[in-house]
Amino acid sequence: MTAVRFSLNGEAAEVDVEPRELLLDTLRDRLAMRGAHAGCEQGACGACTVHLDGSGVRSCLLFTVQVGGAEVRTIEGVGSPGALHPIQQALSEHHGLQCGFCTPGMVLTALELFETDPHPTRERIEEWMSGNLCRCTGYVNIVAALEAVAGEGS
Amino acid sequence: MKPPRFDYVAPASVAETIEALAGTTEARILAGGQSLVPLMNLRLARPTLLVDVNRVADLAGFETRNGTLRFGAMCRHRFLETDPLVRREAPIVAKTAGMIGHVHIRNRGTLGGSIAHADPVAEFPALLVALGGRVIAGSTGGERAIPAAELFAGPFTTSLEPEELLSAVEVPAHTPGDGGGFAEFARRHGDFATAGVVVILHRDGSGACVRLRAAGCGLGPTPVDLSAAGEFLLGESALSAGAAAELGRRTAALADPPGDVHGSKEYRRELAAVLAADAVRTAWQRAGSTGWGAGD
Repeated sequence: MTAVRFSLNGEAAEVDVEPRELLLDTLRDRLAMRGAHAGCEQGACGACTVHLDGSGVRSCLLFTVQVGGAEVRTIEGVGSPGALHPIQQALSEHHGLQCGFCTPGMVLTALELFETDPHPTRERIEEWMSGNLCRCTGYVNIVAALEAVAGEGS
Repeated sequence: MKPPRFDYVAPASVAETIEALAGTTEARILAGGQSLVPLMNLRLARPTLLVDVNRVADLAGFETRNGTLRFGAMCRHRFLETDPLVRREAPIVAKTAGMIGHVHIRNRGTLGGSIAHADPVAEFPALLVALGGRVIAGSTGGERAIPAAELFAGPFTTSLEPEELLSAVEVPAHTPGDGGGFAEFARRHGDFATAGVVVILHRDGSGACVRLRAAGCGLGPTPVDLSAAGEFLLGESALSAGAAAELGRRTAALADPPGDVHGSKEYRRELAAVLAADAVRTAWQRAGSTGWGAGD
């Protein structure tokens, strides 16, 4: 077992894990961060997306032992039930989610885009979001929600 | 717990990495992990030791040295895609990096990892062949350079020894008049390509094509050198629609693609023809523009 210390949504976290434990499983099973969803568990769907030092990554393709000293941000660190992040608010308003399984990954993926490009074009949004799968919405309303965010404050 | 048990080390230097690999046969290097970890989660790969090189600073970065561009093996796709210096000095490398997977895969995936993994449909192995590049590999026995033509031995198989670390990737520096084009086809955006063709050419001051190299992915068990298909273009100053189509025909004739669930042999040949024509048009235009073809 290896002790791993990292920052989780701004707070210190420490876990003792086998090398083969995936960050996704550590977040869900040891740290109660169940907003990172286990979808395909082979890097194809994006439901487990978290930020590692500010970059979106698939937590099913990272071993927990790799994140020592890093900053991990999960959906639990974005907005709150009483004060949704603008991306979450826009998804809600545009019916950008139905079952919600893909939504944490969608939000974290979009967040990285808006942090680097506050007013992306529709084309850029579509390209950027293309690695996150959604089986309910048909994507149209997700893109519409993000276009609305992109248009704000411009 | 999806992957099988393994031992894990995270060395801090190239020397420590080589030491960790010495004497092992079932060790694997963990670079970006975007191909290896899915294989481990599916238990298709069962390394007994993972040597994580993500903390090896010497493997990052990019430099120009005596007409050669040298990329550290841990250059991530996203870095190659977005770094202003790479975009200027190695535009076809930047363009190719941006074609790989989705952005979160590119945030982690690495140049050296892609080449060492040697997926026959991957972009970087084909680009390395088309650029006539080489990799630098090190072990306790010393360092050697392996030309692209001698590196790819079969699907997911290279001539790297189990104890060797691929530390850097070298390609000839771009010069004014160089142009590259990479065309690929995938059923869905960001998926593994069904097939792809990359053309690298050089046009002299008068606009004549004086060098042309090409390679394909998804057209054989390894990246396929398709340069012979373009020999008829040497000395030509213009690329007609007919000439681009002729390159396509010659490419299709050279390629011996596999047939599988993603496309029959005949279908991939057709694709190769269309993609080669697309790639040469792009390369030709970029070679004829200023700024080394990076301006688009």
